[in-house]
Amino acid sequence: MRTRPLPWAAMVLAFVMLAVACGGDDDAADTTAATDGATTTAAAADETFRIAVVAPSAVNDLAFTQSIVDAVNVVAAERGNTEVDITDGTFVVEDAAAAIRDYASQGYDLVIAHGSQYGGSLEEIAPDFPEVAFAWGTAADTFGLPNVFAYEAASDQGGYVMGVMAAALSESKLIGIVGPIEVGDAKLYVDGFKAGAESNDSGVTVNVNYTGSFSDVALASEAAKAHVAAGADVMSGTAQMVVGAVSVANDEGVLWFGTQANQSSLGDIVVASQVYKWEVVLREMLTAIDGGTLGGTTYEINLANGGEVIEYNANFDLPADVAQLAEDAIAGIADGSMSTGQ
Amino acid sequence: MSELLTKAVLVATIAGGIRLAVPLLLASLGETFGQRSGVLNLGVDGIMLLGAFGGYYAVLESGDVWLGLAAGIVIGMLLGVVSALISVTLLAEQGISGIGVYLFGLGLSDLLFQRLVGTPTPIPKFPKLDIPGLSDIPVIGETLFQFSLIVYVAVALVPISIFVINRTTFGMKVRSVGENPEAADSLGVSITRVRWITVTIGGTLAGVAGAALAIDLGIFQQNLTNAQGFIAIALVYFGAWRPLGVMTGALLYGLVNSLVLQFKTLGIIPQSWSDIAAMAPALITILALVVVARRFRQPAALTKPFTRGT
Repeated sequence: MRTRPLPWAAMVLAFVMLAVACGGDDDAADTTAATDGATTTAAAADETFRIAVVAPSAVNDLAFTQSIVDAVNVVAAERGNTEVDITDGTFVVEDAAAAIRDYASQGYDLVIAHGSQYGGSLEEIAPDFPEVAFAWGTAADTFGLPNVFAYEAASDQGGYVMGVMAAALSESKLIGIVGPIEVGDAKLYVDGFKAGAESNDSGVTVNVNYTGSFSDVALASEAAKAHVAAGADVMSGTAQMVVGAVSVANDEGVLWFGTQANQSSLGDIVVASQVYKWEVVLREMLTAIDGGTLGGTTYEINLANGGEVIEYNANFDLPADVAQLAEDAIAGIADGSMSTGQ
Repeated sequence: MSELLTKAVLVATIAGGIRLAVPLLLASLGETFGQRSGVLNLGVDGIMLLGAFGGYYAVLESGDVWLGLAAGIVIGMLLGVVSALISVTLLAEQGISGIGVYLFGLGLSDLLFQRLVGTPTPIPKFPKLDIPGLSDIPVIGETLFQFSLIVYVAVALVPISIFVINRTTFGMKVRSVGENPEAADSLGVSITRVRWITVTIGGTLAGVAGAALAIDLGIFQQNLTNAQGFIAIALVYFGAWRPLGVMTGALLYGLVNSLVLQFKTLGIIPQSWSDIAAMAPALITILALVVVARRFRQPAALTKPFTRGT
C-alpha cells in the first residue's frame, strides 16, 4: 500500500538542518575571558564588559579574522570580567549586518565589524544605537558618527620589510604575489611589498595576481601555480584564501612570506609573517569607552606602535645578512627615516 | 603576449584549467543524472563541502589520500540518500529542500572543522599518475598526462555517463521518468526507485568532487568550495543535460579562469583591470548558456514531484 507523503517531516528535517547550520558559527568561538587580568578598570570591576566581533571568515583562518580574534582575547584577558562573542563566517554582508544589529540590540558595549565591506551597514545601524560603541576596519572613516571608531593597518610597512627580504632571498629575481581584490589592506600590503623588493634590488620583478576573491582557495592555488610557471621562487599573499597558495609553495619548494597572522604552521617554506596586533588600538578604544567616548577616532597599527610585528619562522634558516636587512628596514620605517612610498 | 606562448606557461595554463574543471565536472555529471530524471538538487554545494571536509579529515588523520576519497564517496552517498528522501519520497519542494541541504553542509562542515581541526593544516595530496609512453611526450604529455588519478576518472565518467544515459535500460528509464513520469509509471517503471538512484548518484559524485578538491589543494578552509556546487548546477543547464556538454562547460569555465590568471600574472591584463577580468569566466559561461541552452529543452518533469494519479 502506498502511503501519503508527510510534508511536515521534510519541514522538520529542514529545520533541524538549518538549526545545526546556524549553530556553528557562534558556538565555535564563544569566549569569556578569565578574570585574573593584569588591568582591571573601575568600570569593568562593576559589571561585565561585553565585546562582540563580526568577521568574514573563520576564527582560525591564519589571516584576517584570526588577527582580530586573537587581539580581542588578549585585551579581554588583560581587562578581566569581559565577555567576548564572535560571529565568524559572515562573508555575506547582509548576514553580517543582521549580526551587528543583533549584538547592538542586546546592549553589547563594543561591537566590532571586522571588514571594510561592512561599512555601509554600520553607517545605517550605528545611529540607531547611540549607547553602543562600534568599531570597524580596516578603514579610516568614522562617518562623522560619535559612536563609531575606525581602525586600519599600515600593512605597507610590514609588506615593505617582507619585500626587502624576498628580493634578497630570490635567486630567479622573480617574485609572485597572490592578492584578493585590489582594495584597502590588501592593496597596501602588496604595494608596500613591491616597493620593498624593488628598493633592495632594482632588477627584481614582482608579479601581482589579484584573483578577485577573498575566499576562493582553488583560484589562489592556481594563481600561485601560474607564478611558479612564470619562474617565481619567492611568493607572498594576503587574505584568508592564501592557504591554497601556501600549499603550492610547499609543493614547489618556493619561499613564502605571510601577513595578518603568523603562518609558520603552514610549512617550513614560510620565512616570516607580518602579524597584526590589533590589541594595541583596542586598548586605546577601551580606554576611550571607559572615559565615556564611544567613537569618532581612527586608529592605526604600524611598526612604530607595535601593532605590526615581524615574526620569523623558527624552522626556516634565515641568513643573518637578510635578517639584518629586515631589522634595518623595521627600524628605518619606525623612526621615519625610511618610506614605503605609500 | 609572447610570454604566454612559452612552453611552461602554456602547459600551466591548460593543466590549470583542467584542474579547476575537475570538481565542477564531477559534481555536474552527478547532477545531470538527477535532473535527467526530473530532480533538481540545489544542495550540491553543501554535499561538496561535507565531502571536502570528510575527505580532508580522513587524510589528516590517516595520511592516506585514498581513504580520504573513500570518505568523500560515503559522505556524498549518505547525503544523496538524504536528498532523495526529502525530494523524492517526502515530495518536498526541490528548490527549498536543496537550499536546506546546502546550508546544512555549509554549517556542519565549518562546525566540524572548527571542533576537530581548528587551524588550516596541510595534508598530503593525490600523487601524480604518470602514464607510461604518454607522460613523456613533449608539451602534450606534461599538459594532459601528468595528473592525479581522479582527473582521469572524472574524464572517463563522461563516456560512461553518455553510455548509461543513452544506451542502457536504466538510462532509458531515467530519461522517461524525467520527461513523462506518468507514462513511465503506467509502463511499470518505479519513479521513486529511479529518482532515488539518480539523486544518490548525484550526491555521491558531489561528495567525490568535494573530497577531490580538498585533497588536490592539500588544505581545508571554511566554505572551501566557494559556491562551486552552484556553478556545477549551472553547467548542467549549459551542457543541455548532456554529459559531453557538461564537460565542455566545465572545461571552458576552468580554462578561462586559468587563462585570466596567467594573463594577470604576466601583466597582460593590467592590475587595474583585475577585478573586471575576474568576472570573465562567469560572464563567458552565462553568455554561452544563453546562446547554447536556448536550443535545448530541459527535462519536462524537472523539479516536479511525482505522485501517482495527480
